[in-house]
Amino acid sequence: MDLVTLLVILAKVVGLTFVVVLPLVPISVYFERRFSAIIQDRVGPNRVGIPLTLLGAKKDFSFFGLVQPMADGLKLFLKEDFTPSHVNKAFYWLAPALTVVPALVTVCVVPFGSDIIVNGIGYKLVIADLDIGPLFVFAISSLSVYGITLAGWSSNSKFPFIGGVRSTAQMISYEIALGLSVVPVLLYYGDLNLSNIVEQQSVNGWLLLPLWGNSAPWNNGGDYTAWIFWIPAMIAFVIFTTSVFAETNRMPFDLPECETELVGGYHTEYSSMKFAMFFMGEYAAMVIGSSLVVTLFLGGWSLGPWFDTWAAGLKIGSVGIGGLLNMSVFMAKVVAFILFFILVRWTVPRFRYDQLMRLGWVIFFEAALINVFLAALVIAAPQFGTLATAAGLALLAIVTGTLVWVLKVSEKKSAPISI
Amino acid sequence: MPLALFWFFAAVMLIGGLAVVSLRNPVASALSMVASFVGLAGLFIGLNAFFVGIIQILVYAGAIMVLFIFIIMLLDLKTEEKRAPKLAPALGGLGIVLAFTIQLIGVLSQTPNKSHEPLDLVAASASMAGRSEGIASKLKAGHLPDVNLIGDTLFNGYNFPLQIIGVLLLVSTIGVVVLSKRQAA
Repeated sequence: MDLVTLLVILAKVVGLTFVVVLPLVPISVYFERRFSAIIQDRVGPNRVGIPLTLLGAKKDFSFFGLVQPMADGLKLFLKEDFTPSHVNKAFYWLAPALTVVPALVTVCVVPFGSDIIVNGIGYKLVIADLDIGPLFVFAISSLSVYGITLAGWSSNSKFPFIGGVRSTAQMISYEIALGLSVVPVLLYYGDLNLSNIVEQQSVNGWLLLPLWGNSAPWNNGGDYTAWIFWIPAMIAFVIFTTSVFAETNRMPFDLPECETELVGGYHTEYSSMKFAMFFMGEYAAMVIGSSLVVTLFLGGWSLGPWFDTWAAGLKIGSVGIGGLLNMSVFMAKVVAFILFFILVRWTVPRFRYDQLMRLGWVIFFEAALINVFLAALVIAAPQFGTLATAAGLALLAIVTGTLVWVLKVSEKKSAPISI
Repeated sequence: MPLALFWFFAAVMLIGGLAVVSLRNPVASALSMVASFVGLAGLFIGLNAFFVGIIQILVYAGAIMVLFIFIIMLLDLKTEEKRAPKLAPALGGLGIVLAFTIQLIGVLSQTPNKSHEPLDLVAASASMAGRSEGIASKLKAGHLPDVNLIGDTLFNGYNFPLQIIGVLLLVSTIGVVVLSKRQAA
């Protein structure tokens, strides 16, 4: 490996992780506070700015309080880092790191933009162009459960422990729905490489917006597969997004840190930067979750074929800067999705624990399985012919009907479970 | 894979494995096992077996060991930490390790050290051409599509055993549900 390749890799790692994704964390905290204020008809933090009065100016410069996240960070740094005497020291220190690291490692498969071309050589805006992108994200983010579990356990105290146990059960349950819901999408693309998936969407239309390229029926000889596939794609999108909420312990599912019952949940005994690391881990997971949803369902860095071809041709000197334009499109989509996360948090009330488990195991798990069947049927229909497709549909209807009936029957008997 | 990375992941795996048996705290043991699995996954990925490596993390480190830790925490095993290590089991374990190492040395010393031969991807591409266009084109481009190859082998070569395993897993799942229901009643 020569020096240039190494430098490019280093620049990608540092640039994409610490310059692009990490600043999104304080920014989304700021958005969270301002947006929740708008929703609740409050003002929110709008004062912290550059204190020009200290330098003799007439007025402070407060640009909608945009410096607030920095003040928050400074506050967390300067607080006393207190370690209670009853904790299990080694694990107590290990836990915050174990929440942040997996969230940041998963950044490496996210395609941020199309290639940046320097002297005819294209550099992909993705750290590691793995052929198993979504699986890698699931695998690494499934490790972040250790951080929360260990935090709860090593605190040697009741409420954090309950929070940790809740989060373990919750994350394992929703991982299944998360993995199964994405199967139809991968079936459709026939590829596990996230860069290729986005490229396909850029040419053939986004999964949830099949309006141009090959997915539009007027371009591919009246083949309506992509339009019919919109139904399983939408089901997958709903299940996937909701599971991401649960995986990141966000509001309708934030039972592990439910203040009304558990003081602060798994991080009750943490203070200062160690607490901030949990905070950071949660928001970083949210950023990665949003970028995965955007990549798989909403076209990643593409913004319609006209924009993409125009951006690809854009050059300053011998450097094709279309990648950076596409990257800003991607970031805009991610931020929009984060705003959606925040909107949901301040709109939907918290679930009860047995409702959460029921939703994960009984509804999402089954719905995702049926959706896999449905998606496979839609994809295979052109090869199957009318008769086999009709038979498949009938079978699907029978299976679904039986499942719904079994659920109805078992619902009456089962008592609510609680942890 | 660079040799340095091989040694690193091998060291992570071995130290993790040693820590599993030598640490007294059950949670610490379980966590060392996770570290060992991650090291093993690194070794798999170094062999270009991305899928196997990632499944190793996803299934073992991410799901099974979480359940282990979950159970250990719920049981709250305090007595394990206080129990003093006994001599006889330790000696027995060491004896087994020694026997295995001697056997391994015996086998390896008689195996000729063959030089590493790169895979012939173009020939593989020609043999796959009739079965799957996607795999063939990827192989031709000098790219090893391990996920596609595993899928092709499983679903085209061993479809019937796969179905049988599926039915077996379904039966065991139903069995677990029935057994746990009976206990609750």
